[in-house]
Amino acid sequence: MLRTLFRAALRAALPVAAFPAIALAEQPVTSFTLDNGMDVVVIEDNRAPVVTHMVWYRVGSADEPRGVSGIAHFLEHLMFKGTDEIPDGAFSKIIAANGGQDNAFTSYDYTGYFQKIAADRLELVMKMESDRMVDAVITEDHVRTERDVIIEERNSRTDNSPDALFAEQMRAALYLNHAYSVPIIGWRHEMEELSLDDVMTFYQRYYAPDNAILVVAGDVTPDQVRTLADKYYGPLKPSGHPPDARPQEPPQLAPRRISMQDERVRQDYVMRFYLVPAYDPENPGEAAALSVLSSILGDGLASRFSQSLQVDQKIAIGTGAWYYAQSRDDTSFGMYAVPAEGFTLADAEAALDAELAKMVAEGPTQEEVDRVKRVMRASRIFAQDSISSQARLYGAALSMGFSVEDVQGWDDVIAAVTPEDVRAAAEKHLIMNHSVTGELTRNGEEG
Amino acid sequence: MLRSIVAASTLLVAGPALAEIDIQNVTSPAGHKIWLVEEPSIPIVSIEIAFRGGHRTDPADKAGLTNFTFGMMNEGAGDLDAVAWSKRADDISARIGFDNRLDRVEVSARFLVETLEESTDFLAMTLSKPRFDAEPMERVRRQILSGIRQAETDPSEIASQTWWSRAFPDHPYGRDRSGTAESVSALTVADLQEAHGRLMTTANAYIAIVGAIDAAKAGEIIDRIFAELPKGEVFAPNTLAVAPPPGVFVVEQDVPQSVAILGHAGIERDDPDFIPAYVMNYILGGGGFSSRLTEEVREKRGLAYSVYAYLSVYEEAALYMAGVQTANERVAESIDVIKEEWARMAAEGLTQEDLDKAKTYLTGSFPLRFDSNSKIANYLLFVQLADLGIDYINTRNSLIEAVTLEQAKRAAARILDPDALSIVVVGKPVGL
Repeated sequence: MLRTLFRAALRAALPVAAFPAIALAEQPVTSFTLDNGMDVVVIEDNRAPVVTHMVWYRVGSADEPRGVSGIAHFLEHLMFKGTDEIPDGAFSKIIAANGGQDNAFTSYDYTGYFQKIAADRLELVMKMESDRMVDAVITEDHVRTERDVIIEERNSRTDNSPDALFAEQMRAALYLNHAYSVPIIGWRHEMEELSLDDVMTFYQRYYAPDNAILVVAGDVTPDQVRTLADKYYGPLKPSGHPPDARPQEPPQLAPRRISMQDERVRQDYVMRFYLVPAYDPENPGEAAALSVLSSILGDGLASRFSQSLQVDQKIAIGTGAWYYAQSRDDTSFGMYAVPAEGFTLADAEAALDAELAKMVAEGPTQEEVDRVKRVMRASRIFAQDSISSQARLYGAALSMGFSVEDVQGWDDVIAAVTPEDVRAAAEKHLIMNHSVTGELTRNGEEG
Repeated sequence: MLRSIVAASTLLVAGPALAEIDIQNVTSPAGHKIWLVEEPSIPIVSIEIAFRGGHRTDPADKAGLTNFTFGMMNEGAGDLDAVAWSKRADDISARIGFDNRLDRVEVSARFLVETLEESTDFLAMTLSKPRFDAEPMERVRRQILSGIRQAETDPSEIASQTWWSRAFPDHPYGRDRSGTAESVSALTVADLQEAHGRLMTTANAYIAIVGAIDAAKAGEIIDRIFAELPKGEVFAPNTLAVAPPPGVFVVEQDVPQSVAILGHAGIERDDPDFIPAYVMNYILGGGGFSSRLTEEVREKRGLAYSVYAYLSVYEEAALYMAGVQTANERVAESIDVIKEEWARMAAEGLTQEDLDKAKTYLTGSFPLRFDSNSKIANYLLFVQLADLGIDYINTRNSLIEAVTLEQAKRAAARILDPDALSIVVVGKPVGL
């Protein structure tokens, strides 16, 4: 229950590991590529007669042209309207009429569509998903109505929450040049102008089998998936046109500070993001060391920040750290502290900095590193319980350019991390010139 | 292709085959009842325990007591202080979580088979010997107080608290489960000890276990986990007459989007009209893109991202609730549309096509609830708490299939009443 208290900070604090959940040998993973370039991953799990069918596109909000922020997510909504063969508004209804559930999601690096359904309905959903990869029918009417829906979605997610607005400002300040600075949902003034032409241009440019990954997980064999995938996705023409490389960050030479005020704020806090490398298959040890570092600093009551700031010094009532290793381009390493009554944001920030300095000077203990490794190993075993999260894990990794082998090798990479690796990662990457520090208060005065 | 898709959907009558879920009704040597599903394929054990009682048992002058007490259950026990407790949990890979609700508190534990023995002893100590040390008490108290302050400007929190306080002015359901700044500030160690002794009692416990464990071992570990807990008194619920004040109540808040919660009396789960009402609600507001509310509010008019309705059964009250979040200028229209759909369903009920659609979805999607051990364990707990019987998982779909159009119409006409809706809007709504 306490987890819900600092919604602000915790909303940002998602995974700390590059691949937080890894299938072990009990759930065999098979992968292959269709002739048209579409990658396929099959995860077998026969506990229930159910499958999760997902198609991931290697395109997200960070691939949007300038000026049409939110178009990737807007298209995701409009993909449910219909196709030349599926009547208007019928897509999800057909899935539901077959006892299935469907939805979709958009991120910076990918857009995914999924159905969970009885295993004997796999052919139906493949037929439908392959149809809308190329034959979606989207009209001016759809655009007009659905644009109102995404603006309401922005209101719900972002504008009604000072914490979400603050996180948006933090990211915008962290990235000087990369499109990760732009919110996935879009900037409101640009969302209001999104047109049918914008939607169709984006759809035709990116939705093609060679820019997509099929993931099927559950009560199914790789042979069954291969046969059906050849039949439905196989005939689709590849675009021969992978997403373009994105504008990257220039050298960052100055620390940034932001101070945001919002009348609705009832709890001040300070947050810092550092620009750091993402998982790199050529050098996975770096991301592994950063993952272990973020856990040692900010995960659980035994972490450095909690023990020092909350338990011992009583400067803070909430602390945390996180690292998004799974990212196509340079990513963020974040941390926050919520000051206790009688302490200022400056006190809390200074205490965070003192812990960071200590980490750079002395590194973690062997005991801390071992404990974090045990926690990560246990997480991977527990994660096998959810077949949908296994499907998501592989889909996300492959859509960011990583391989099945990268996912499965993560265990060994983590196991090899030493205390000195962690110390060195802190020294090398937690650099003020690469950071933004933000304070969120009610009216600029703390209280 | 279209034709074959439609054909497939109409052919589906009975729904796909259910997974064989073999539930064992185990009685431990000490007499504790456990529902167990053996699932040896993954080396983990999920244990879900509910203790009936929960926040509705908080004394009137100690609002937030249950919440505070169970926020302290993972802050040290036995000979381990809070930090040592956290390290120990990590070291043996035991995941233990606490949740407190209106009518119960829940303990969710996930263990690895390889550390089952240590984890069992650790959970036993955690449940029976919480320390309530001064350091974590004050830290957790400050966290709760901070949460209460933050909720003061969160439109969804305000809407929910306002709705419940108007619906249940003289009942614990009407109080915020976190309590007030005043009540939480006054709670003492003695209060938490009293709540722990009263709430964590074996007479009120319900247990579900799913994982790589057999019946004998399941009985043994539960006996060890419960060994030091008192039997206690059973909490007997008193069903309330629910009559929230009808009409619109606005809480002014400077936000771009209004949050609206609507609700009136619902229906008890043991009422013969419950299952027909459940099927009917799928069409009215429960079925996502297949529901009338989503069709009218979101798809046709673009008024909102999310609109929904659901039946909600608590131990002392049954409710029918709906909600929408929409721009201040359009909230009046959204509420009108919801009330119109409410009235249309009450007057005309569903069509045969609606009924068929609802049945195929509700029966066909049922197996999707059982695709992980922890989901199965949670469902077993729900079935026990609702007293539906151990074969419910196998009979539930036939109950849905048996619903007739007449029954669904009768349930709609009986329960739905747009004029009775108690509506709370938080924001700067125009025209309300």
